[in-house]
Amino acid sequence: MAQIAASGGTKGKFRPVSMSAKEYKAFAKAHEPSRPVGKNVLRAFVTGGMICALGQGIQQLFVTFADMSPRQASNPTTAVLILISVILTGMGVYDKFAQWAGAGSAVPVTGFANSMASAAIEHRSEGLVLGTGVNMFKLAGSVIVFGVVAAFVIGMIHAILDLWRGG
Amino acid sequence: MRAVTQNLMQFLWAFLVGGGICVLGQLLLDVARLTPAHTMSLLVVVGAVLDGLGWYEPLIEFAGAGATVPITSFGNALVHGALTELETNGWIGVITGIFEVTSAGISAAIIFSFLAALVVRPKG
Repeated sequence: MAQIAASGGTKGKFRPVSMSAKEYKAFAKAHEPSRPVGKNVLRAFVTGGMICALGQGIQQLFVTFADMSPRQASNPTTAVLILISVILTGMGVYDKFAQWAGAGSAVPVTGFANSMASAAIEHRSEGLVLGTGVNMFKLAGSVIVFGVVAAFVIGMIHAILDLWRGG
Repeated sequence: MRAVTQNLMQFLWAFLVGGGICVLGQLLLDVARLTPAHTMSLLVVVGAVLDGLGWYEPLIEFAGAGATVPITSFGNALVHGALTELETNGWIGVITGIFEVTSAGISAAIIFSFLAALVVRPKG
């Protein structure tokens, strides 16, 4: 934003010596290494699928040994996956795995836990309150904010539709 | 034997559907060039909208953990809590119900992350 504002300020009398924002964007795009989309997608599919299959396995353990319905078992399953993810993050393994797996490691709930645990650990040196406490939701925060706002809007739409139908 | 096949099919569908949602995330990153934060936020909103339309629950019935493990299920659970309380408690339920279902995931993530920060020294 700052660059755009600065180049905007030179309009009129001076010809800008540096590139305009638009030129810069085209220049940067031409020099950006192309992404191996096919390879990334395949990796995301396999790793993401494996994490979900692992979740399915844990869920069935809860169903078999704790007498839960599959629906009841999904909450403790999430907690176990989060625990595994936080332990692997603490050992420094998850972040290496994430570089390879891309969205396959980020989209499952384990990625959500990884973003919180790595921020919590990384900022520990700034103190438990100002470091860990303040930074834990640095990345996970936007997911929660937009999830809650979306849920509120959708809930209100349903409430209004109910009213409209005379429910 | 039949139960075993059925069981294996559950794993297969969890793998395929869960992998498919991750592919969607990867395409948002690589093709749409969104940042990871934008991608995750968008997927949560997608899950919320799908539940608002009543389409996410059938997906969970069908794919099990393939639908409950990806972050889209977080949006689904937020909406689900809101709509359930809306039915029982009226309008205020939209606010009071939002975190009803998701509490396990968020609590676990906060507690385990905090404990990890106490125990682990950052590397690098």
